[in-house]
Amino acid sequence: MTRDKTKTTNVLVVGTGGQGVITASEILSDVAMLSGFDTKKSEIHGMSQRGGVVTSHVRYSETVYSPMIMEGEADILLSFELAETVRWLHFLQPDGRVISNRQRIIPPAIYAGMGSYPEDAENVIRQRTTDPIFVDALPLAETLGNPRLVNTILLGIASTLLDLPLDQWTAVIARRVPATFKALNLEAFEKGRGIQ
Amino acid sequence: MEKQILSGNEAVALGAFQAGVKMASAYPGTPSTEILQNFATYDGVYAEWAPNEKVALEVAIGSAMTGVRTLFTTKHVGLNVAADPLMTLAYTGIPGGLLMVCADDPGMHSSQNEQDNRYYARFAKIPMLEPSDSQEAKAMVEAGLLLSEQHDTPTLLRMTTRVCHAKGIVAVDAQNQAAIPKAEGFTRDLKKFVMIPAFAKQRHPLVLEREARLAEVTEASPFNRIEWNDLSIGVITSGIAYQYVKEILPDASVLKLGMTFPLPKKMIQAFAAKVDRLFVVEELEPYIEEEIRIMGLAVEGKVFFPRLDELSPDAVAAGFAKAGVLPFDLPPAAEKAPGSEMPRPPLLCAGCPHRGLFYALNKMKAIVHSDIGCYTLSVLPPLQSIDSTLCMGASISMAHGTAKAMAQAGLEDKRPVFAAIGDSTFFHSGITSLLDVIYNRGNVNVIIMDNRITAMTGGQQNPGTGRTLQMEETIAVDIIELVKALGVQRAREIDPFDLQGTLAALKEEIDHDGPSVLVTKRPCIQLFRQDPKAVRVVDTDACIGCKMCLKLGCPSISQGAIIPDEEGKKERRYSSIDAATCYGCALCEQVCKQNAISVVAG
Repeated sequence: MTRDKTKTTNVLVVGTGGQGVITASEILSDVAMLSGFDTKKSEIHGMSQRGGVVTSHVRYSETVYSPMIMEGEADILLSFELAETVRWLHFLQPDGRVISNRQRIIPPAIYAGMGSYPEDAENVIRQRTTDPIFVDALPLAETLGNPRLVNTILLGIASTLLDLPLDQWTAVIARRVPATFKALNLEAFEKGRGIQ
Repeated sequence: MEKQILSGNEAVALGAFQAGVKMASAYPGTPSTEILQNFATYDGVYAEWAPNEKVALEVAIGSAMTGVRTLFTTKHVGLNVAADPLMTLAYTGIPGGLLMVCADDPGMHSSQNEQDNRYYARFAKIPMLEPSDSQEAKAMVEAGLLLSEQHDTPTLLRMTTRVCHAKGIVAVDAQNQAAIPKAEGFTRDLKKFVMIPAFAKQRHPLVLEREARLAEVTEASPFNRIEWNDLSIGVITSGIAYQYVKEILPDASVLKLGMTFPLPKKMIQAFAAKVDRLFVVEELEPYIEEEIRIMGLAVEGKVFFPRLDELSPDAVAAGFAKAGVLPFDLPPAAEKAPGSEMPRPPLLCAGCPHRGLFYALNKMKAIVHSDIGCYTLSVLPPLQSIDSTLCMGASISMAHGTAKAMAQAGLEDKRPVFAAIGDSTFFHSGITSLLDVIYNRGNVNVIIMDNRITAMTGGQQNPGTGRTLQMEETIAVDIIELVKALGVQRAREIDPFDLQGTLAALKEEIDHDGPSVLVTKRPCIQLFRQDPKAVRVVDTDACIGCKMCLKLGCPSISQGAIIPDEEGKKERRYSSIDAATCYGCALCEQVCKQNAISVVAG
């Protein structure tokens, strides 16, 4: 028996608790659904709300069965934190793309002697993938006026690699953020789209 | 048709509302919590947090006795707490629709064990439905209520984390809905509802008759269906495992079971007769597999698929590869990248009021029996200050057992014994444990960590908060008054942000002979917005890089720039506090011997 793994688009969104990983994957799922695809999304929260690892699997296609991406089959790894990018690299398919925030969040466990932060993370990622996109999203978001815009900037980059219509992206973002932040978020999304 | 992306939990809540459920009771527990949180927002419904699952189910039974459609939800371990009323409820039956939603947590993402609660349905002989996605979860709510009403039984809707928290597209309109039955009110029926032995003996045969009737129902259930395909491989599966099987073996024939107690034996036999090799793919225990084997059929399952941990498409693919269901293109075994092993365990939030207490307890070198809540995270370095966690409410009774045994056996252990328990957990089932300590003249130092909310599950109300689930104002239980009423003579509040005061209080209780209660009273940080004026900063002229502040395990504190070279000294780094996440609890200021930490000047 065989399986056809080419039809489904798999996006793995990763980061740490409190970064907005879940919101980003919800926006992506909404865009996929409104673009006419069957869409599934799976996340683990609970303990991870407290600074732990957060992952969210988003899949869209004509029909999606599993809500989880298989190892080696993610088309895009959208990461909010550098060490987390490294942690989930093995989920990427051979010609998959990495979009990674350059932010480093060092877990306090490291100071207690439990392992070390991967210092050469960026090199590891470059060695293992083709054309990874790195972005200093946090300083960029702060320049725009709000650190919470990291989320939208990263989605802007992702939107340039995914086959989803632009108007659905902007419509979903506009609907999901508070009215007062709408213009700012759309600006951040545009900034993201400009990053290659 | 309107469509939305809903989680399984959201879909159950919507399904319950559309099916006319008016009453719901539960205790929060991951991965079930969002069902009631969502249900509570609909118009015209009553939903409550009960102090524990046993109480919640009893409330639900009282409600369904009036004929009103009722919802009870729990996580897997919560059903253990509610098992007592459940087993007898299976005898009495219930006139109104009563749906019991049980959310298992395979993989233990936030649980203390990974039990398979499908056995509860078989144990209690009540019908069980198992959805594979959000759409099915919604449909099974109404179907489960109908089963309940038609067969005088509660129905178990058994979900798992990947159904509860995975989101899929759901048609959200309520068309084609059957008419909602009108509640008839409470009718006296002593032989049905008073389970004295004489009456219970009359009910037990009825339970067996019902099981036989349900065995016929399951054969015709639309939730049990065969998807004929290639006949060389036949897979029987249920729940989320169905999705993985469809993903991995799209060409195999599949018997998808949605009603899994009782099992449709005729259907299984018919399916087995047509396929060359019969597999069962199910998460956790071989519940279906063993039943099929008892039927005398040749079946393969757990020999290829793990009994541990949650299933995944990868695990199902690996299992079929092992079974020789080939040719098969497993994805390349990509090695994890170097650095991916870095731990990032969950931890107490910046500003968490538990941090000060556990820092102090660590210094006491005490035996600490802990309960289940955010504070259980203090088992990890650097706080590492608890010795046990078993189940909700157990810390106090376990500490009592330890203290009594040490005294009785004359053990030469001078360590003091503490029990640590959260406010919500104390209300859940710690009260009776404390009663035991007092009644039996125990010598336990109990610490009730009152952070004014049920924090672990995301901030739910409880009997101490003064608010109900639907945000109505209510009485807020005074814990000090409560424990005094239980017979505790020595009880007082302390401030866990005052490190010296907390340490002094702990020492005082050790020296005191007899039981005592300390209530650490500080609200959970999640209830506040950050106050920028309270944010701490490190004075780099004063910081010597001693790392004392890092021993607090605060996520806001990290090592920053390197301290310039001084002769004969090892390289050191300044401490640094992240202004975006610091909540200004000031514990770091208290542990810093160099006075290098303070609030922002001006």
